[in-house]
Amino acid sequence: MNVALNDTVRSRKRRIRVGSLTLHALLIAMAVTTLTPFLWLICSTFKTKADFFTYTFLPWDHLNALTLDNYRRLFAQEPFAVWMVNSVFLASAYTVVVVTLSSLGGFALAKYRFAGRRVLMLVMLVTMLVPGQVLLLPNYDIMRKWGWMNSYAAILVPGAVSVFGMFLFRQAMMLLPDELLQAGRMDGCSEARLWWEVALPIVRPMIGAFTLLSFMAAWNSFLWPQVILQTPDKLTLPIGLSNMINLPEYQTNLGILMAGTLLSILPVAVLFFVLQRDFVAGLASGAVKG
Amino acid sequence: MTNEGGRGLSSKLWAMQAKYAPYLFVAPFLLLFCAFMVYPLLRSISMSFYSYAGPHTSRFVGLGHYRYFLGDFLLWIAVANTIVYAIVYMGLQIPLSLGLALLLNNPRVRFRNLFRFAFFAPYLVGNVFVSVIFVLLLSQRHGLIPKALGFFNPAWLEVSWLGDPINARIAIVVASLWLSVGWGMVFFLAALQGVDRELYDAAAVDGAGPWSRFRHVTLPGIKPVMTFLVVSGTIGALQLFELPYVIFLQHGSAAGPKWAGLTIVMYLYQQGFDLGDIGAACAVGWFLVLLILGVALVQIRISRAGREEES
Repeated sequence: MNVALNDTVRSRKRRIRVGSLTLHALLIAMAVTTLTPFLWLICSTFKTKADFFTYTFLPWDHLNALTLDNYRRLFAQEPFAVWMVNSVFLASAYTVVVVTLSSLGGFALAKYRFAGRRVLMLVMLVTMLVPGQVLLLPNYDIMRKWGWMNSYAAILVPGAVSVFGMFLFRQAMMLLPDELLQAGRMDGCSEARLWWEVALPIVRPMIGAFTLLSFMAAWNSFLWPQVILQTPDKLTLPIGLSNMINLPEYQTNLGILMAGTLLSILPVAVLFFVLQRDFVAGLASGAVKG
Repeated sequence: MTNEGGRGLSSKLWAMQAKYAPYLFVAPFLLLFCAFMVYPLLRSISMSFYSYAGPHTSRFVGLGHYRYFLGDFLLWIAVANTIVYAIVYMGLQIPLSLGLALLLNNPRVRFRNLFRFAFFAPYLVGNVFVSVIFVLLLSQRHGLIPKALGFFNPAWLEVSWLGDPINARIAIVVASLWLSVGWGMVFFLAALQGVDRELYDAAAVDGAGPWSRFRHVTLPGIKPVMTFLVVSGTIGALQLFELPYVIFLQHGSAAGPKWAGLTIVMYLYQQGFDLGDIGAACAVGWFLVLLILGVALVQIRISRAGREEES
């Protein structure tokens, strides 16, 4: 009987091990499928034009032919460095402004009662239901009447409004205990210092998550800058790169295009690694509650 | 004496900063919110009744735009493309994201964070760069996808992905899935980890099999997240623009072969910026608003009905 019991335990263990192996094999296969395009992209940026057409990944029999030529030509032929500086500037400035305004406003909505608060929140909710394309044309009309076309103000100023961010910070700051704020007031903290020194440190994960989402939105934003920005020296990476696809030159020199793509997606990846922990925690808590 | 007066003044100032602080905190947001959201929102309604040519010339046309585009077959192609895309894309994204999350949620999985990052990574790339990557991945004969398919059947090496109307639609769905399956998975995984483990044990004691545990314990537990993903995903899908725009621009027309890439937002863009009538584009925008609101309401209604049925 003991033997029989041992046998079932052993066979059960084996079944679990086989199941676990299949599970991991499946996961690895899917992860490889998901990541292969990145690998292909990275390999292709270092290949010569001839090798690009003959080898799928790397030219294993003559690895010494790998070259930085694609990167060199990218910077020589296109104002890629300018686009990169523009994108970094616009996305960073946008993120700082939108995180500041949303956390300030969200703090007021969460922790103060003031005249017009409920009406404001109601109007905000209504605007959330309306897709941005409806605002595109009136705002475009305002910009061309104000003479803001081709200016960064046209991107940063209207973009600084984030109803989503306001609600996100309101939600997170509702959890702040009122006693804590009251104690700060007793110690002589001004209301602005309460925001900066009490509220913000406590909602840190939310700041991380919202910073990443805002930066990504600005970094990838296409339609509005495409409408506003007109001269080549003002363009951002998404617009510059999508213009490059159309040039006949790059339909044969795909390596240059790929080098540009790789350099364009790196900054977001770096920011993600910095903020990863906050991002997952902030996002998950918000979603599961919502 | 002076000292006391000073203290009076400073305490008055102190009371003022406490009283007006919330107004000051919302003021910057409120100003921009009114100027660039509330006002344009109202203005776009009235603009949709005018026809524009340049910044200073406009003419009242009443419901003329609505009458015009509702009779334009291109709008209906755009509507059909957008809705079919939304249905196919959501029908694949939700099961794929949930499937991955269920696999990763298995307690025996090792290196869970590493896998989670691998699946999430494409989301960081963003719409426009995903489009560029897919133009490259799909390029005839030399792209990775034709090469991989050619490995099974040499004829597939020559398939034109972006020049054929059916293949082009498949390409757009595949590109969106690559981008967003990991995004959905992160939400599902967080929700799955929030489901009470004791409920599973109780169900197992009651003799519930894997399917019945999934149906009666897992599914109700992740329902709020699923509703969020379905509603927000559909709203996003109905606003599809960047992917086809960037992918097909290379082939001469942003609308793609036989208008396969024409979406509602692209129709709006063409009315406003290619044809130059921002009034007509506003009218298309409001048509899109009604469509989105209608779809979202139906989805929320269905999700509520399901909840009542269970309880």
